[in-house]
Amino acid sequence: MTFELSHYNAALLFALCASTVFGITQRSTPRDMFRYGAYCFALFAVGVIVASWGMWLIKH
Amino acid sequence: MAGPQNTATVNRRSVKASPAPAGTMATIAPIAAWIFPGLGHFIQRRYIRGLLLMLAVFVMFFTGLGMQGKVYQFNTGDLLDILGFIGDLGAGLLYFVARTMDWGVGNIHRAVADYGTKYIVVAGLLNVIAAVDAYHIAIGKKP
Repeated sequence: MTFELSHYNAALLFALCASTVFGITQRSTPRDMFRYGAYCFALFAVGVIVASWGMWLIKH
Repeated sequence: MAGPQNTATVNRRSVKASPAPAGTMATIAPIAAWIFPGLGHFIQRRYIRGLLLMLAVFVMFFTGLGMQGKVYQFNTGDLLDILGFIGDLGAGLLYFVARTMDWGVGNIHRAVADYGTKYIVVAGLLNVIAAVDAYHIAIGKKP
């Protein structure tokens, strides 16, 4: 079985899984875990978009 | 010069600052967490955390395999290959199952397969972080 994920979807799935683990392991209370996980996910997602535009600007 | 009362205060502080003595759980939990993602949290009754960690590592590992990522073998060649092997090994049982079943041969003709290789490595590294967290719970450093 093979998956055909687009680059962005692959990056988002990566961000979701990594953020889940970061949130659970780096904070102590459930509320803080959720907040830190969401923060990491947002950073990943925004970082991907910024990096993409950065590469587009370099190319053009 | 510290009097007896000051010395007692310092001793009390140092006892409070040091972590709890490592028991059997402190040995078992990280090993269990490494062997099977989430198990270190399950055996310490952190079921939801364990389930979420297990899901995260499983999804990353099997999505990586689904994208035809490569599972590294033991090697003494290129430094990145050695590090890839160490990262993969962090997934514990998943790594050995993948090697036994001959999954993860890689596909150099697909760009996404390279993402898959990274997914598999990162799944192992995240599992190591989870194992360290299980250890911290076991020694009482984290609730």
